[in-house]
Amino acid sequence: MDIVVCVKRVPLTEEVDIIIDDKKKEIKKEQLAFVLNDWDNYAIEEAILLKEKHGGTVTAITVGNEDDEEVLRRSLAMGADKAIRIDAGDLSRFDSLSISRILSAALKDLPYDLVFTGVLADDDSSGAVGIMMAELLDLNHSAMVTAIDIKDEKAGTTSELEGGLGEVSLIDMPALLTIQTGINEPRYVSILGIRKAAKKELKVIGLDELGLSEEELTPKTIIEEVYLPPETEGAQILSGDPGKIASDFVEILTRKGVME
Amino acid sequence: MSEIFVVIEHRLGEIRDITYEMLWKAGELAEKLSYTVTAVLLGHEVDSIAENINDRADKIIIYDDERLKNFNADIAKEILSGLIEDSKPEIILIGNTSWGAELAPSLAVKTGFPLATDCIDITSENGKIIAQRQMYSGKIFSNVSFAPSDGYIFTIRSGVFPKDKISERQAEKIQKDFPVPDRELKKSFVEFAETAAGDVDISQAELLVSVGRGVGEEENISIVKELSEALNGVLSCSRPIVDKNWLPKYLQVGTSGKSVSPKVYVAVGISGAFQHMAGITGADTIIAINKDPKAPIFRTAHYGIVDDLFKIVPALKEKVLETKKG
Repeated sequence: MDIVVCVKRVPLTEEVDIIIDDKKKEIKKEQLAFVLNDWDNYAIEEAILLKEKHGGTVTAITVGNEDDEEVLRRSLAMGADKAIRIDAGDLSRFDSLSISRILSAALKDLPYDLVFTGVLADDDSSGAVGIMMAELLDLNHSAMVTAIDIKDEKAGTTSELEGGLGEVSLIDMPALLTIQTGINEPRYVSILGIRKAAKKELKVIGLDELGLSEEELTPKTIIEEVYLPPETEGAQILSGDPGKIASDFVEILTRKGVME
Repeated sequence: MSEIFVVIEHRLGEIRDITYEMLWKAGELAEKLSYTVTAVLLGHEVDSIAENINDRADKIIIYDDERLKNFNADIAKEILSGLIEDSKPEIILIGNTSWGAELAPSLAVKTGFPLATDCIDITSENGKIIAQRQMYSGKIFSNVSFAPSDGYIFTIRSGVFPKDKISERQAEKIQKDFPVPDRELKKSFVEFAETAAGDVDISQAELLVSVGRGVGEEENISIVKELSEALNGVLSCSRPIVDKNWLPKYLQVGTSGKSVSPKVYVAVGISGAFQHMAGITGADTIIAINKDPKAPIFRTAHYGIVDDLFKIVPALKEKVLETKKG
């Protein structure tokens, strides 16, 4: 079974003071650490687990610059066989649809039974690329997948619905699945592992090689402005030394009638 | 006069809350723009669902067919794209739910309409439509505009608009026949799988002490558990804790877990992703403990403690035990 996994490198913004770029179209990223998008980490792991069980190959693919190869090397170290980077220059000129067209064009020459994307990427939080690709490539699809069971030529998938319910479906392959966090426990990757994986194939394809027209790449959805969340009244912060905070905490619980 | 389409979401014979929320927003936009509201209802034996939204739309277009008994994004896309071609609505609202997230992007490709996902607001100023969204786990907001198009598709975040009726409408019901040529389904519904129940039901708890990603390691969960035990409360958690298999799914609070309504909800090391916050809208009082003062949870919590949980949580536990001893 051949699986292609679309991955993305995203900045870590937890516990960081985010600064808005002067043009107000993006955040400043120079000072931020970057990682493999959390959902994509699970997607790569799931592909490798299926390969270990059923044989085949795993190819990781990303659209980005040289720095973004970091997430491909990580994917290779986890167990992917090949990696592809589509060199597309400045990504901020694209929307989800342009990225979907780029990835779909690159996939045309690849053999695959399954294509995985993460449910969403933490940076733009759009969650549209996977299903757009399924439509562009005319693939069957399941979204927010939390379990996969391959039976003959079909994939049994469990999609996460709201309220703790799962929806079990049976779909023909080839298919595209968007992978939800928690589907597995992604393996640990060591620095040494990443170094060893440097021998594996990492192919770079130029955007111009994909034969996409300017019109196909032009975004339909345009970010006008990004900004910090509007001020709210917010929480009343308990301050002072731990003893004072603890007294205030107990006082609130007593007032609310839950200290028996 | 243009139309606003609302794709009605329902499951197992019940209307989902997101449907009412979208109808509220559609009603608001319709009043402002002098548009009409059209509910599009796909399903089987959906009379009572149509009845329930009868006074919130000007038109209900109903596709009632046994083949629509279970949601199938591909069939929904085929039906909707055909209907959109005929009716030419300018605005199409779909829930940012599991089903909506599978339907909207394919519908956008099929129709060629721009798409904005997970919107928290939509406004129209001088003919220009702007969608408000969040990025970077809610730490950043963005305003999004669109290339000129005959129509625009939006998926709407759950829980941001009221479920009330915004204005009185009277729907004309239009029954349509199943328009998709019968073909072999490439995806078939098998069953719904419920989360295994546990020894506690967090949705019934009066006091929840909830643990999130900030706890760092599995063994540290005991620090939070001890606080919940000292308080005779119930331990619950956010999604990352279940993803890592540190606690069972039935303890998960949020859209994909359970909605809770305790008197007091103590959130420890939980940043406050909207999926989590949507599960605690019923809590009377929220106390958040997080070392990141910018964590989104402090925007909605009533009380906050900005501190290292490893220092403050044991101190809280000691004080609780001391107080209880009298």
